[in-house]
Amino acid sequence: MSESDDLKQNDGAAKTITRRNFILGVIAGGAVVSAASYRFLAHSRRPLPGAGERLITLYVNGKPRRVDVMKQETLAWTLRYKLGLTGTKLGCDRAECGSCTVLIDDTPYYSCSVLTHTVRGRNVTTIEGLAAADGKLHPVQQAVVDSQGFQCAFCMPGFVMSAVAFLKSHPNPTRAEMAYGVSGNLCRCQDYSKILDSMMRAAEYMRRA
Amino acid sequence: MAVIRDVMPAFDLLQPASAADAQKLLETYREDAWVMAGGMDSFDWLKDRIKKPKVLVDLSGVDELKGIRSTGDGVEIGAMTTLTEIANHPEIKKNYGLLSDAVERVASPQIRNQGTLGGNVSQDARCWYYRAGWPCYRAGGNECYADTPVGRNREHAIFGADRCVAVHPSDSAPALIALDAKFVIHNSKGEHVVDAEDFFVGPDIDITRLNMLNPGDLLTAIRIPSTWSGAKFYFEKVRDRNVWDFPLMNVASAMKLSGGNIDEMRIAVNAVAPRPLRLKAVEAAVRGKPADATTGEMAGKLAVQGAVPLQFNAYKIPLMRNLVKRAIGGVQETSWTS
Repeated sequence: MSESDDLKQNDGAAKTITRRNFILGVIAGGAVVSAASYRFLAHSRRPLPGAGERLITLYVNGKPRRVDVMKQETLAWTLRYKLGLTGTKLGCDRAECGSCTVLIDDTPYYSCSVLTHTVRGRNVTTIEGLAAADGKLHPVQQAVVDSQGFQCAFCMPGFVMSAVAFLKSHPNPTRAEMAYGVSGNLCRCQDYSKILDSMMRAAEYMRRA
Repeated sequence: MAVIRDVMPAFDLLQPASAADAQKLLETYREDAWVMAGGMDSFDWLKDRIKKPKVLVDLSGVDELKGIRSTGDGVEIGAMTTLTEIANHPEIKKNYGLLSDAVERVASPQIRNQGTLGGNVSQDARCWYYRAGWPCYRAGGNECYADTPVGRNREHAIFGADRCVAVHPSDSAPALIALDAKFVIHNSKGEHVVDAEDFFVGPDIDITRLNMLNPGDLLTAIRIPSTWSGAKFYFEKVRDRNVWDFPLMNVASAMKLSGGNIDEMRIAVNAVAPRPLRLKAVEAAVRGKPADATTGEMAGKLAVQGAVPLQFNAYKIPLMRNLVKRAIGGVQETSWTS
């Protein structure tokens, strides 16, 4: 069943909204991907029968999301263009820049180089999922804002995701250790010094929190 | 930089949950199947549309191929164990630190989180003519584009070239050879265990692949015997950037010493030849000699005998001489005197 079929099954309201508004609405509401898909929501974490199905459940930012995924689709593609989570950036699409870094079960991966079908049943965390429910930023996000740790900031969601994972296991890093922790991310503006300043501040915020 | 407008061409994705099922799928689809471990090598080929497999067999759901087990004699590492897990494993770090040193220098943290040991040793050559889809020898054609007067061959071979001048890019491979690891391969005929160095195949044997895996074969595990447990290890990787880059060259060695003299040594260098190069002549020449700079210099000179540089990679000869010297005598402040 394609996504458009999915929409057609929905009530009258869904027929009148554009795809773009629909997706933006999903982001704003943090709702499940398809207005129709609530009917199929699987709350159980066990893998669904029929592993070859295209309609699968992903656990993104703590929520189950039903989504129609091609076999050859990468996680970055699904997140950005199916789930509207455009905070995850696509830079090189070749595992060479780090912009698309997301956490899968708390470990950073390049989502451009993960097939979406391989993360069924695992917890995916994107930049959108870091802030608390009340909108309070994650300490790493807050530190980046407070330190102005970026120029253009295209790379920043990836850096933040790497730093969040690294600081969880290394709460007291030296600057060199922190640099190693985010060494899988590139900044094309070459703003590494400020990025590291903000990541060191992030470590401090996390220790205090 | 490419603007990403689409995903890869369609393939059928098969996700076996057991090694036996994976084996059966590879047996069924043979040449049509692409085996995907971590996928870090696979996706370049697929996204660039240079390899277009009909069926992708994804091994990421095969839990029995993951993990590190102590055996009576050493450790067995499942082929699908990630490089991060190996780099952080207490027993590997304690007794086989050569391997944890090597895998920790692979690519970037995210790639090590996803890349597997089986994938790292089974990855394909990095020659950009080949990777860009040029119809070279390795791709089944009848020309080498790298070995010409203007070919870009700074990263290519100084040993063992035969029409193709690409090098083997793995960081873990020389460490596994130095540790005398055994590779476990399953196919329809059963289980085969081969020495690490015999797993790799040069262009004189088969120019289209870097290892002995045939269609239908599955690399399931790598066993490290306790023979070299706790030996004196040396690993060094030279590369242009500290992250991501494949080696311009790397060296891995294990020495058993008594009173400063070398009882026994295994040493391998990679990114100098189409297969990781075990330096048997060096191993024999240093036996009984002190592990110092003098022996190192002798060994370094011996190691590069017969090297044939290409237009832009002659630097690899002094580099290899120095890496071999350092592996034996440690890092010296003084430079070469001869």
